[in-house]
Amino acid sequence: MDLSQLLADVPTLVAVIIGVPAVLAAYIVGGEYLVRLLPDKLRPSVRPWIWVGPALAFVAAFLVYPVFGTAYRSLFDKQDNFVGLSNYAVQLGGFPSGGAWIAIRNNLYWLVFFTLLVLIFGLLFAVLTDRVPYESPIKSLIFMPMAISFVAIALIWKFMYSYQPPGEPQTGTINAVLSVFHQDPRLWVQDPNVANQALIVAGVWGFVGFALVILSAALKGIPGDLLEAARVDGAGELTIFRRVIFPLMMPTIVVVGTTLVIFALKAFDIVYVMTNGNYDTDVLANRMYKLITIPDTGNAAAVAVVLVVAVIPVLIFNLRQFRAVEARR
Amino acid sequence: MTIASEQVATPAAERRFSPEWIGQVFSKILLHAAVIGITLVWIVPTLGLLVSSFRPLEDFASSGWWTALSPPFKFTFDNYQQVLDSSNLGNSFFNSFMITIPATVIPVTIAAFAAYAFSWMKFWGRDFFFLALVGLLAVPLQATFVPILKLFLQLGLTPENVGFVGLWLVHTGYGLPFAIYLLANFFRALPTDLFESAEIDGAGTLTVFFRIVLPLSVPAIASLIIFQFLWIWNDYLVALVYVGGTPEFAPLTVTLANLVGSLGQGYQLLTAAAFFSMIVPLIVFFSLQRYFVRGILAGSVKG
Repeated sequence: MDLSQLLADVPTLVAVIIGVPAVLAAYIVGGEYLVRLLPDKLRPSVRPWIWVGPALAFVAAFLVYPVFGTAYRSLFDKQDNFVGLSNYAVQLGGFPSGGAWIAIRNNLYWLVFFTLLVLIFGLLFAVLTDRVPYESPIKSLIFMPMAISFVAIALIWKFMYSYQPPGEPQTGTINAVLSVFHQDPRLWVQDPNVANQALIVAGVWGFVGFALVILSAALKGIPGDLLEAARVDGAGELTIFRRVIFPLMMPTIVVVGTTLVIFALKAFDIVYVMTNGNYDTDVLANRMYKLITIPDTGNAAAVAVVLVVAVIPVLIFNLRQFRAVEARR
Repeated sequence: MTIASEQVATPAAERRFSPEWIGQVFSKILLHAAVIGITLVWIVPTLGLLVSSFRPLEDFASSGWWTALSPPFKFTFDNYQQVLDSSNLGNSFFNSFMITIPATVIPVTIAAFAAYAFSWMKFWGRDFFFLALVGLLAVPLQATFVPILKLFLQLGLTPENVGFVGLWLVHTGYGLPFAIYLLANFFRALPTDLFESAEIDGAGTLTVFFRIVLPLSVPAIASLIIFQFLWIWNDYLVALVYVGGTPEFAPLTVTLANLVGSLGQGYQLLTAAAFFSMIVPLIVFFSLQRYFVRGILAGSVKG
């Protein structure tokens, strides 16, 4: 670790921290000054563009244009020859185990199991922690994995799953627990039968805190009178959960669910670090990254387009949700 | 909940040890056991990593991390020392700051301008643009890599030429939809009177923005800064795609993932490296958790 070399970069960092906001502030002040030079009538129609201009330019350059560019690139091969839809034929041919199908299947696993498990655990923990006085430290401990990178989460779980041959002391927590119950240790991450589940568990561990925080806030929003009234009427706690709490929390559960679905479709870090898609655990994002590094940009782009198509229903749902909220404003 | 606890508290002595009383006490015990049990299970993975990172190599290979929790205690900083000496983790730590700070400052500033316009100015296509931003929240970043890589290559915006600038730009583009969404929701909730009275006083757009809107929005901006900071600090994919090929520009996440490959079974060093990468986010998280949670609650549409 060469400290002097690092310190040489510090001025750059300071310049950026001070310089960038200064440039941006100068832009907005200068823009406003120019707007004031305009006749009164024109000002209100010019001013907004100065304020939203930079944002729209960035979004257009780094999100909108590339998405269309990707769709376009997906029609070319490695030598930049137009090949029509043949990259899609490569990716979507050979059902059920050729092309991208293993990855698509695994993304579906993630979509279903990751989403459901995070929601179930999040809801369960929200209801349970709501009933104890030491709620907030507990919530922050469960929430903590959200603060660290998924690379670190993947490493933490690689370590949890680590395996020694039977008879040797098990240093991985999970196999050690098995040995307490006199079970033979087993491979988790390297066994195609359970590898996907093992990876999903790591993702669930990382994400439950997210669901917990949002669902717990929604739970606190349910009026206490309502629950008391139900209790006075003699409803049991389970009935209250099923008939009162759950329906009232449904909108929040749906919002959290869509976020989880998007994450499940984009799952990458955990898979890349823990297996790199081996042992039947490949997912679309990982497949795409491997194709970029070949580099086979046409096929990479085709996989990315498949991913976008998969996200579109969620996107439309989000927009509807947003419009419904706007209409209620 | 309140009812249940009152029932436990109010009954006089004669009701003690009645079947209902025992049932209530029992379910309370069960509840506490469940909550504490779940929490323990949840912290075991992190605890295991933390304890392991301080264990000497000979112990690490021969026994589980939990054995280190009982005497004789043998903890050491050797793993940290070794991994920092033998890898470019230290350099990456610095790179992470070099990437994260500008990639937080730039989008938050630009988003504040845009959010102000979206909330308090009228312009052609405003609602359409905002709806488009909400839609873009869900778009997978994977769909942007190929064209941007090609474009950067053509323009010479590679790490060798311009260092981290390419990453700052893409992170700004990627972060803006969420940042604008979060801030606009907050700005719009500010009372209209505020703007009307400022206008009557003859305050210009700049004065309203810098003197009224920004100071009132400190909590929202703080949430956004923490959110964006952690998001970039923990980002792996974007850094891998844009600077992954040049180790001298790699942030912590990329270097850490590379160590998994190169150290192989050198697990005890990996645990130290992993924990090293978590220090900054954990400090940020535990000291500013309130703001982080608020950001999550405000932006739960984000993908």
